Amino acid sequence: MDYLLTEEQKMIRDLARKIAEEKVRPVAAKYDVSEEFPWDVLKVIADADLFGLFIPEEYGGMGVGVLNLCIATEEFARACGGIAVCYAASALGTFPIVLFGNDEQKKKYLPDLASGKKVAAFGITEPGAGSDASAIKTTAKKVGDHYVLNGLKHFITNGGDAETYVVIVMTDKTKGARGASAFIVEKGTPGFTFGKKEDKFGIRASSTRELIFTDCKIPKENLLAKEGMGFIVTMRTFDMSRPGVAAQALGIAQGALDLAVRYAKERRQFGKSISSFQGIQWMLADMATEIEAARALVYSTARMVDAGIKDIAKESAMAKMYASDVAMKVSVDALQIFGGYGYMKDYPIEKYVRDAKITQIYEGTNQIQRNIIGLALLREALK
Amino acid sequence: MNIIVCIKQVPETTEVRINPETNTLIRDGVKSIINPFDMYAIEEGVRLKERFGGKVTVLTMGPPQAESVLRDAIAVGADEGILVCDRAFAGSDTWATSYTLSGAIKKIGAFDLIICGKQASDGDTAQVGPGISTHLDIPQVTYVKKIEEVSTEGGSASGGKGTMRVERMMEEGYEIIETPLPALFTVVKEINEPRIPSLKGMMRAKSAKIAVLTQKELNLDPQAIGLCGSPTQVVKIFTPPQRTGGQMLSGDNQEVADKLVELLKLEIS
Repeated sequence: MDYLLTEEQKMIRDLARKIAEEKVRPVAAKYDVSEEFPWDVLKVIADADLFGLFIPEEYGGMGVGVLNLCIATEEFARACGGIAVCYAASALGTFPIVLFGNDEQKKKYLPDLASGKKVAAFGITEPGAGSDASAIKTTAKKVGDHYVLNGLKHFITNGGDAETYVVIVMTDKTKGARGASAFIVEKGTPGFTFGKKEDKFGIRASSTRELIFTDCKIPKENLLAKEGMGFIVTMRTFDMSRPGVAAQALGIAQGALDLAVRYAKERRQFGKSISSFQGIQWMLADMATEIEAARALVYSTARMVDAGIKDIAKESAMAKMYASDVAMKVSVDALQIFGGYGYMKDYPIEKYVRDAKITQIYEGTNQIQRNIIGLALLREALK
Repeated sequence: MNIIVCIKQVPETTEVRINPETNTLIRDGVKSIINPFDMYAIEEGVRLKERFGGKVTVLTMGPPQAESVLRDAIAVGADEGILVCDRAFAGSDTWATSYTLSGAIKKIGAFDLIICGKQASDGDTAQVGPGISTHLDIPQVTYVKKIEEVSTEGGSASGGKGTMRVERMMEEGYEIIETPLPALFTVVKEINEPRIPSLKGMMRAKSAKIAVLTQKELNLDPQAIGLCGSPTQVVKIFTPPQRTGGQMLSGDNQEVADKLVELLKLEIS
């Protein structure tokens, strides 16, 4: 399939693929076991200028957009879904500043995030507020020229390892979702600590921790946009970042298919390669077709974002939902092709199943994505 | 510090096919890459530049397509690329190649250090590096595995003052050699880990202007270049016959030793 990529996009793909094959794949199993944060790999990605793909050039980035970010994420995920999410989650934490930061905030934070010197994270989820963002309990109270934060965020990707955090907290509880605001918090701020690191089913190279705020005082300049804009910041950020999650899922699916094709050719039963059996070929054909359909959706959505089309909630949700469902199905089928060997940790395929599962859950469960799509359809019908 | 790195374009395969009629490499359908050993030479040059300032110039001799490996070198940090290219240079052996490259280096001007990979992955001769230093009459250190110390007189200004102390790989252990500059090193893969290109580097490489030096600019001795300047004649290239299985001797040590001596006697008689 030709994806009509520009020369620059092909360059990004080739570079990311080189890093994935030479630096990510060889350490994927190691980090899956150790659960250490893959700083060495992220340093290679940073030195290759790939952290700044979507950050404007005036703030040290490459200024070339969301499709480019998706292309790089997909290539990394093909080799390791966990390492890919460390990279993509930094983008998630950076988008709110790109989208809503004022010039001073952008100047202060974006250059280090673009160079990969610092990693970012985005914090919205709380024990009682996952899909329902209006149930956020963490508060920010304005005291003089500061805000004082109190509360707990959990399941925060890159939590503890990131330097720059964007968190969504309540500045006015009485207003529900309209009372939420977005703040930038730097690691090391007094009153800002980290809780336990989660022991996860998949994407184990990425860190997931609690963020704990105890009378954490931050300057009022750290407010992103205006008070009460937190929910909008979140929705707009997710619109931008969901193609990235979709790309991560796409990469996992492609990586699983690559392994399945290779294994099917190598594995011999009944005196011949199992790839000569129609049953296996049909499975591979379905997997490949679904991946291409997902890729078409992901790339088209990313191109819409890059073209500056504002209302992309529906397409973004479709891309994330479909690509992650494909990743789940394809990785499970790939494991099936590996048979008993696939179930063993000595083989790389079971990791793809574990890494795929989260893509159906985070940045809005696929049920929430369907809500978004359904709502958009009904709204369109009113027009 | 001005550094010149000499690189070669080679086919990306460890199974080089040879045309039995012409005894030359079959290059069709094989992607060309920088000779893997030269990647270490480029990396070391770029690291020296990052420490001491100056610039890294990559130099290659080859057909117009060889320009692509110069761009690949720029993508990983080299500053400029020069292609030595002329039909008059075609058919050069290692002697004519090193003469031609040394002519190009004289044309480039003042330098502190020339770095080459220890050998090319296609020809495996390891002769061009030492040949260049011979033509330029500068010291050479082959198989450098570490640059231990650099002392530059008067900062990083080029013009070949100062010394370098290096470790030279031996079969068992290493030698420490101190050499005045300018000098030529060939490097082994133990010296560093070549970096992956950066996106900015790749973009710079794409738009970089590659200078081309022809015989017209270099004005080299026509008798010393190309096929007629090449004393090497490839008489025959062949794949060595596969080793046969060998023979297992059994018995106690004395018996085996006796049998072995008998067999060896038969071999040499």
